[in-house]
Amino acid sequence: MNRKAILEELKKVLSPYMVNKEMLNSVNDDTDLTKDLKINSANLIDIIIDAENKYDIEIDMDSAEKIHTVGTCIDVIVDKLKERT
Amino acid sequence: MTNSMKGRVVVTGMGVVSPNAVGIPAFLHAIQNGVSGLKFVPQYEQLHFNSHVCGIPPFQFDDLRNYLSEVTMYGLKGMAIAYAIKATADAWIDAGNSIDDTQVHEETGCVLGNSVADTETMKRVITLVDEMHARKLGSRVVEQLMNSGATAYVSGLLGLGNRTITNSAACATGSQAVLMGYEYIKHGMAKRMVVGSNEYVDPYVFAAFDSMRILSRKFNHDPEKASRPMSATAGGFVPGSGAAALVIEDLEFALARNATIYAEILGGYTNSGGQRSGGSMTAPNPDGIVKCITTAVKNAGIKPESIDLISGHLTATAADKIEIESWALALRRKGDNFPLTNSLKSMIGHCLSAAGSIEIVAVILQIMHQFVHPNINLEDPHKDITEIVSINSLPTKLLNKDIHIAAKANFGFGDVNTCLIFSKFK
Repeated sequence: MNRKAILEELKKVLSPYMVNKEMLNSVNDDTDLTKDLKINSANLIDIIIDAENKYDIEIDMDSAEKIHTVGTCIDVIVDKLKERT
Repeated sequence: MTNSMKGRVVVTGMGVVSPNAVGIPAFLHAIQNGVSGLKFVPQYEQLHFNSHVCGIPPFQFDDLRNYLSEVTMYGLKGMAIAYAIKATADAWIDAGNSIDDTQVHEETGCVLGNSVADTETMKRVITLVDEMHARKLGSRVVEQLMNSGATAYVSGLLGLGNRTITNSAACATGSQAVLMGYEYIKHGMAKRMVVGSNEYVDPYVFAAFDSMRILSRKFNHDPEKASRPMSATAGGFVPGSGAAALVIEDLEFALARNATIYAEILGGYTNSGGQRSGGSMTAPNPDGIVKCITTAVKNAGIKPESIDLISGHLTATAADKIEIESWALALRRKGDNFPLTNSLKSMIGHCLSAAGSIEIVAVILQIMHQFVHPNINLEDPHKDITEIVSINSLPTKLLNKDIHIAAKANFGFGDVNTCLIFSKFK
C-alpha cells in the first residue's frame, strides 16, 4: 500500500473525531492532528486503536508517541505494515 | 406580590425520559390517560429470571443529535448518561435558555444522581481486559464508567460553572437531588441549579433485584398490569429506566430573566431511619419516615391540612402499608380526610434512582394543569390500605382538581428518606 492509498484510508479513520470534516480535503504530510485538524488530544489514542484495526497492525507506545502530523502517522503505519510482511 | 421574594425557589424548566413517554408534552398526555410504559422482555425469560417485565423508555440515541456533536456522539454508549443528557438539555431549553459553547454560567450548577454507573460499559471493560485486549479500551471508557459521568457530560454541554454534584441515595436519589439543589439556592450558594437523576436497568441490575424476589412475577404475560401499588394483588415492583431533570432557580433571578414559573418548592427534608426500630438495609424505620414528612412540612411552613395531593413512593411491595400508615401519622389525616394519593409507578414501574425526578415532574405537571393522574391497576385496593385511607382518596381515573400544595416522598435502600413540598406559584 503506497502513502497515497494509506492517506485516503487514514482520512476515514480521522473523520469521526473531526468537527470540521472539510479540512480533510486539504491535508498534507505537515498537517498537525491536534493544532490544524482540532482533534482532541485524548482522541489520538482512539485514532491509533482504529488504525490498528483498519490495517491489522500493532502500534506500540514508542511508535505512537511519534504521531503528531498526518505525515508521521503515515510513517508509522508504513513501518508497521513492513514489519508485518 | 404578598410574599417576600427572598429565599424562594421556583421551577422553570423540565425534561423527561420516562418508560411511558419521552418529552414533556407526550408525558403529560401519558400520565393523564394512564398510559403504561411496561413491557415484556423476552431476554429476561431466556435468562431464567423470575420477572420478565421492565419499564423501557421509547428513546433512541438519535434523540441527542440536536445537542451533541458527531464527535461526542461517536463512542457514547452509556444509556443512563444519554437519558440524562436528553432530560437536562430539554429542561434547559424549556426554561428559556440556549446552549452556547462559549459561555460559563457561574451562577448555575447541577445535582444529578444515579445508582450505578453503566454496567454494560463495565462489562465491555471486563471482557476486553480478560481477553488480553486492554490496550483497545480507548479514551472514552473512563468518562462513562465514573459515577459522575452524567454530571460531567451535562455540565460540559450547558457550561455550568457553579457546583456540579453527583448524588446517590438509592431510590431516594432523585428527590434528594432536587432537595440539594433547592437548599443550595435557598442558602445563597447558587442562583440556579439543574437537578435530576437517571437510571439504566440492564440485565445485570435487573437480575440483582430479581434474585431478592421482590419483583412482580405474576403478570409476565400481561406487563401493563404488573405494577400494582396498594392493591391486594401487588406482588413486588417492576424496575424501570429513565431520567428527568428540572431547572430550579432563585425567584428574583427567574423574574429578572422573565422566566415562566411552573411551581414553587416550599421546602423539604432528607434523613435516615438509622436501620433501627424495624428499619434495615432494605426496609424503612417508620419513625424515620414520619420524622422526614413532619420536618418537610414544618420546613415548608405549611399545615398538614393544606396538602391536596400526595405523590407516594408506593412501589407495590409490603412497604406500601408502612408508607400509608406513616403519612397518616405524620399528617394526622386518615379516612376521607386523607389527601388524594397516587403512585406514578403503576404506569412506569419503579425507576430506582430516576424515580424521584420523574415523579416530581409528574407532580409539577399536576400542579400546573390542575389534575390528579390515575392510579392504574388499583381495581382491588388492599384492605390494609383501605383501613387507613378512603378509596375516594385513591383515584383510579383522571381527576380534574385544584392542586395548590403537593407532597412528594421517596424512600431507598440504606433506610434513606426524602420528602419535598411543592405549591402552585402565587
